[in-house]
Amino acid sequence: MKTDIQQLEKIASQVRRDIVRMVHGCQSGHPGGSLGCTDFLVALYFSIMKHNPDFKMDGIGEDLFFLSNGHISPVFYSVLAHAGYFDKSEMATFRKLGSRLQGHPTTHEHLPGVRIASGSLGQGLSVAIGAALAKKLNNDDSLVFTLHGDGELQEGQIWEAAMFAPHNSVDNLIATVDVNGQQIDGPTKTVLSLGDLHAKWEAFGWDVMEMKGNDMTNVVATLEEAKNRSGRGRPIVILMHTEMGYGVDFMMGSHKWHGVAPNDAQLELALTQMEETLGDY
Amino acid sequence: MKKYTYTDKKDTRSGFGAGLLEAAKRNDQVVALCADLIGSLKMNDFIKEFPERFFQIGIAEANMMGIAAGLTIGGKIPFTGTFANFSTGRVYDQIRQSIAYSGKNVKICASHAGLTLGEDGATHQILEDIGLMKMLPGMTVINPCDYNQTKAATMAIAEYDGPVYLRFGRPVVPIFTPADQEFEIGKAWMVNEGTDVSIFATGHLVWEAIIAGEKLAEMGVNAEIINIHTIKPLDSDAVLSSAAKTGCVVTAEEHNRLGGLGDSIAQLLATNMPIPQEYVAVNDSFGESGTPEELMKKYGLDSGHIVAAALKVIDRKRSVLKPEDITQATGEIIS
Repeated sequence: MKTDIQQLEKIASQVRRDIVRMVHGCQSGHPGGSLGCTDFLVALYFSIMKHNPDFKMDGIGEDLFFLSNGHISPVFYSVLAHAGYFDKSEMATFRKLGSRLQGHPTTHEHLPGVRIASGSLGQGLSVAIGAALAKKLNNDDSLVFTLHGDGELQEGQIWEAAMFAPHNSVDNLIATVDVNGQQIDGPTKTVLSLGDLHAKWEAFGWDVMEMKGNDMTNVVATLEEAKNRSGRGRPIVILMHTEMGYGVDFMMGSHKWHGVAPNDAQLELALTQMEETLGDY
Repeated sequence: MKKYTYTDKKDTRSGFGAGLLEAAKRNDQVVALCADLIGSLKMNDFIKEFPERFFQIGIAEANMMGIAAGLTIGGKIPFTGTFANFSTGRVYDQIRQSIAYSGKNVKICASHAGLTLGEDGATHQILEDIGLMKMLPGMTVINPCDYNQTKAATMAIAEYDGPVYLRFGRPVVPIFTPADQEFEIGKAWMVNEGTDVSIFATGHLVWEAIIAGEKLAEMGVNAEIINIHTIKPLDSDAVLSSAAKTGCVVTAEEHNRLGGLGDSIAQLLATNMPIPQEYVAVNDSFGESGTPEELMKKYGLDSGHIVAAALKVIDRKRSVLKPEDITQATGEIIS
């Protein structure tokens, strides 16, 4: 499915409204990272990936996406709903008792579009590698995409996976790191510095790209280029530079909105900054 | 009483290696992963036959569990191989989230379980793995007793849809189960029928229980011996019907007494049929270096300890007050 940039931006605006409303509705959840990664997920599901909302777990012949930083579930759920995986009205159940939209994504409640539980960080890259290896065994030439937080790279398992994929030429894998420089306790550079991420991934043997994650034109162009570079013997990683809380001025530029819900007045203010383009749920 | 003899001895891990090869021949979705322990896990024959279906992960067990979970999404049936310690405790959260909670069809195959790993010592001798794995909702936990049973179990789990923990060991032990057996997950095996005491044993302790049964017979005690190869789901019917017949129970396992087979049976009995039970298990401690035989003796896991536990529990059964034995108090106040 190809959608032009203007249309993608319209979808992104609605997704950002959904995120803030979902988090407000249950007074919990993670708006900051969700808002920052909205453009990426919208581009993936509405322009880049070949996928089928008539969900099948094995995804044979489809591109797959794994959300490793599961706490940004609001953006994932909104994008899946708008892409047709389930009804938009279900967003109203987010984080509530009996919902398929659990705090962190899970296969346990059989929500279409989710292929693995995530939330405990650092596991998604390994899972994606396994899915990519299965595609190779099945002679399925479609791709596997992932998203990770930059703070998540502090988990050791990420680097086990980072070592494995180039050694085994897992070149049908496009990983993306949300480099927003923030984590719960503050800026990554004060909590635990990630150093030169570009050099680190390159040293591990990955094809490293940079992307402006809140510039839809750049996101689409970079992801298209990443697809072109797949199948050349190396896994690809995109360092996606975003602003946590992008789209809501008072949530931007700080780690404080990582996991905090807006109150009624804050919700109202936030919604004035994002146009309702596809109808609120 | 049935007599069990053996003509051959092999390690249960070799049963795993043979079963894996056979399972892979029967089902082309079977794949295998190993974290730098191919020889120890006896995966060489599989790799030789199906090199494209094998993944050498390196010393990175967390990554191995995640990759295995991912492989299931494309329909593969992954068997992971490493020591029991690195198959469970080291990667508990990876198994919990990416495999158990995600409901992935991964077979976690763990060698060198328990004390019989021997000389490497306590860092490698995990005695908590059954407990760790049985606490995960939806996880099947299997601990076969000899080469043939391990081979049959390995083939059976390939055809079962769901996460499984398969636990086996390093030492060479008697082969006493039939080579052509059908392995039914969750179905206990009646080794020997008896009336005086029920001995429920798993893994390497089944052979010790058989020897203990012979010693008990010489003493006039008729022991029922049941092999619980599947600790979860537990064959409750087999346990309760035997317990109802004999009225007392011994459990025997190469595991910490906290959280293993004994506790599963104790919970079943406590909620259905409270009767005396004795544990043959490691008494909440780590192991140490030594030969398997020395360690099993020192930590109380040999046939002699099963005999002692059986005699003790029979004695307890006899001393339990029955309602008709309790006389009414006279009500007199003694000043």
